[in-house]
Amino acid sequence: MIVRKSTSELEAMREGGRITAGCLAMLEENVRAGVTTRELDRLAEEFIHELGGKPEFKGYQGFPASICASPNAMIVHGIPGSYRLKSGDIISLDVGVRYEGFVTDSATTVPVGYVPEDILGLLSTTRECLAAATDQMRAGKRLGDVGHAIQALAESRGYGVVRDLVSHGVGRQMHEDPQIPNYGSPGTGPRLLPGMTFAIEPMITLGDYGIRLSEWDGWSIYTADGSLSAHFENTVAVTENGPLVLTQNGSSGP
Amino acid sequence: MAKEDVIEVEGTVTEALPNTQFRVELENGHNVLAHISGKMRMNYIRILPGDRVKVELSPYDLSRGRITYRFRT
Repeated sequence: MIVRKSTSELEAMREGGRITAGCLAMLEENVRAGVTTRELDRLAEEFIHELGGKPEFKGYQGFPASICASPNAMIVHGIPGSYRLKSGDIISLDVGVRYEGFVTDSATTVPVGYVPEDILGLLSTTRECLAAATDQMRAGKRLGDVGHAIQALAESRGYGVVRDLVSHGVGRQMHEDPQIPNYGSPGTGPRLLPGMTFAIEPMITLGDYGIRLSEWDGWSIYTADGSLSAHFENTVAVTENGPLVLTQNGSSGP
Repeated sequence: MAKEDVIEVEGTVTEALPNTQFRVELENGHNVLAHISGKMRMNYIRILPGDRVKVELSPYDLSRGRITYRFRT
């Protein structure tokens, strides 16, 4: 069942979304060669606590940290640790914050040092996919329109669209109904109605879309063919006046 | 955090293969090749033929799965 949020509930999510967006912006400023993903996790945790939020990822199904830090061919769910960023890396950072009973979720992929043009192209296309999907968050549209927007854009440029991981409803819980594949046929699926809130997160690869779960830590998910992958995410609400991006704080976000 | 799109099914382990993979016969009669999940591995949970298990399948490759739980019989 897709839960719709009231105006005041959306307001609470907006406040929480500001914290999430602010945290990501802060992390982005701190990304540089030499920094470890553990340091980024610590910065994020402090930031969130200082603003009155709670890191939602920590303890979620046993996840041990406040952010996911996924470099290069790792798509999502990287556990922060001793991995040291180096020039040429791309690092996907995912943050989830619980504030006043609601969860907001956002992610960005950041280049480290010098990154070649074609890889920057992957990043900008994935960002565009998120924008295209966000634009579909209007009353009357259907869930399939969202996935189709992502798939059409990414595949027209020769990229792969990860299928085993999906966008999803978000609100009082991090993962709510519905599951939203990042691919699909337009005009299919449930109708979007005002008050619905979703975490829209396209995951795009330079190669094929197959994934491989790490046997080692049981969390990190890689591209099966080892190709680089980018991930951008916003929490978006459907309103009478069109899409409302909840994870923004005035400065640039994903 | 992205949500994984998996199909969860139950089955019985029929064979243990040398590379820590297992053949599992599902309730619907299909046979899949499954490996043990990282979380089970970290907790040193052993799987033997005859065990009843939960398997996660990707919708895009229904012949391979991940064993995520072993039932107590």
